[in-house]
Amino acid sequence: MRYLQRRLVHGMILLVGVSIFCFLLSDLAPGSFFDEMKLNPQISSDTIAALQSQYGLDRPLPVRYFRWVKSVLRGEFGYSFAYNSSVRSLLLLRSRNTIFLTALATVFAWLIAVPLGVWAAGQPGRWLDRICMGGTSLLLSLPELVLVFAFLYLVIRTHALPVGGMESTGFEQMDSCAKLWDLGSHLVIPVATLALASLPLLMRHVRASMVETLNSRFIQSARAHGIGRTRLLFRHALPAAANPLISLFGLSVGGLLSGSLLVEAILGWPGLGPLLLESSMSRDLYVVVGIVMASTLFMILGNLLADLLLVCADPRMRVT
Amino acid sequence: MSSDMTGTRKMITGAVLLASLHFVILLAGFVAPNDPATQNRELPFVPPSRLHFVDARGHVHLRPFIYRWAPHAGSFNEYDESRDREYPIHFLVAGTQYRIAGWVPARIHLFGVEEPARAFLLGTDNFGRDQFSRILFGGQISVAAGILATLISLGLGTLVGCISGLYGKWIDEVAMRFAELFLVLPWIYLLFAVRSFLPLHMSPTQTFFLLITVIGTIGWARPARLVRGIVLGARNQNYVKASRGFGASDLHLMRHHILPLSYGALLTQAALLVPQYILAEVTLSFFGLGVSEPNPSWGSLLAILQQYNVLVSYWWMFAPAVALVVVSFGYLSIANAFHERLQSVSI
Repeated sequence: MRYLQRRLVHGMILLVGVSIFCFLLSDLAPGSFFDEMKLNPQISSDTIAALQSQYGLDRPLPVRYFRWVKSVLRGEFGYSFAYNSSVRSLLLLRSRNTIFLTALATVFAWLIAVPLGVWAAGQPGRWLDRICMGGTSLLLSLPELVLVFAFLYLVIRTHALPVGGMESTGFEQMDSCAKLWDLGSHLVIPVATLALASLPLLMRHVRASMVETLNSRFIQSARAHGIGRTRLLFRHALPAAANPLISLFGLSVGGLLSGSLLVEAILGWPGLGPLLLESSMSRDLYVVVGIVMASTLFMILGNLLADLLLVCADPRMRVT
Repeated sequence: MSSDMTGTRKMITGAVLLASLHFVILLAGFVAPNDPATQNRELPFVPPSRLHFVDARGHVHLRPFIYRWAPHAGSFNEYDESRDREYPIHFLVAGTQYRIAGWVPARIHLFGVEEPARAFLLGTDNFGRDQFSRILFGGQISVAAGILATLISLGLGTLVGCISGLYGKWIDEVAMRFAELFLVLPWIYLLFAVRSFLPLHMSPTQTFFLLITVIGTIGWARPARLVRGIVLGARNQNYVKASRGFGASDLHLMRHHILPLSYGALLTQAALLVPQYILAEVTLSFFGLGVSEPNPSWGSLLAILQQYNVLVSYWWMFAPAVALVVVSFGYLSIANAFHERLQSVSI
């Protein structure tokens, strides 16, 4: 528990560090959200100056930072110039969609990676192992960008699924069953892309960890006792091999978030990705900072969750 | 023994594949039959030129030839081969001027056909620009970005790793906390955030160098930790202590006794980082934050796939993706081979 506490403190320091880093960068950057307005002859320079002072953009950096921190403590995370609302309300909805997508993709990726990896480790060098290793090295060089277009091509060609966004038009009028079906059919491409993209790394780690465990003495003795292969693999070897995999789960959150940004932006999934792109283009400063903070927070939470799982899975962790 | 042999063979295969790819990309102007920026507005989305050996009259030609594409009467973006004249393919022909690897001006192309026909090996894009030539020239930007950004990352990482490994104490503590920060952040988010704070409209060369600096700087943490680990391991070895006892300076120790240990690991790291950074450049260019038109990059070439009608109708627009995958595959297999080699040496 002491360990968890320390991790929490580390996470907080990390968040503060990231926010300072973002603000420093933003200060170095030329131009602001109001640059486009300056080109507009209908808006006087006084109006722009008034707007800038209203948002405090004319203040020095430390003042701006502390104003932002105050607004974070109020739970607002600053103000979006483009959406004219607090960043929090924007982030909440978008984060929900992103988390939903990445969580589902994670579940699918692990559900495929663990059995395949374990099975491949059970017979190293045999045909299944060879196929898995070959497949993963091919998949490793297929980035999300390519995968998502391949899926899109198939889907548009066959008209099998709706494309783009999260829900069809008229979603509000559907009954709950149809709603679920609609959401599900929109989920197929993004989830399949993300799961397939994170699959090879997971599978390699599962296999490596299992191969190491299977070479240990207790597995040999278990085999000598005549325990069947499936039971040996999943009941005896897998729990012993699980620890590095659980840590990997925490580390893989970052990669998944990065991938989801791309997939979301291409498919128009209303998550954090398209919002970040949009606000990057229009220099909507606080939204960019907010999104970077949110993604960092997800990473920290993912690692924390992995630590908790580790404590649950491994009794040795509870002693210290 | 046998596994060692296959490992070596794998490494050689990967190296040959990569070397030839880079050679072709470096000599893009020579290999490409057309100028990448020349537009043929009357020929948008022309399919790849077909190689023929038998002409309309049934004569067999030893030298392959192509027909010109002519717009199909009464329809848009559909083409027929106009069979009234054959255009044989000649090798080493004079054509549009280009610069070899960006320096030496030249006019000789590997192959080409007589005017007014054009060889479109992979068709054309929406402005009638030759896709094959654009992929080659785009490769120059994307691959160079990947390699240069990797060099920046490795340089920064080695510097920080050496300092923090050798001097330890609070320097080490601070550097490693920073490294953790950079490691856990989802890198695309960071990349976009940093890019968003930089001016959008710049000259292509400025943008290019800015891009590689940003990409390379964000990735310093992993090589830094790698080098730090190696330095820490080597610092207390007897031969290093002996050398120090003889009065060797820190710089001498680093250069002659400690850093040579890290070359293998750094090389593996480089082979892993290059495809990742190529992908980073491609991603940024894909969203229009990279090098701007008319300079092609694999990312900006792929951006047109976001139009669903293009995605479905013109398969040759996928070609940059194939190039990207092949290059990443080459690098990753080399990295794999290096890794296996290193492990077998250390055991």
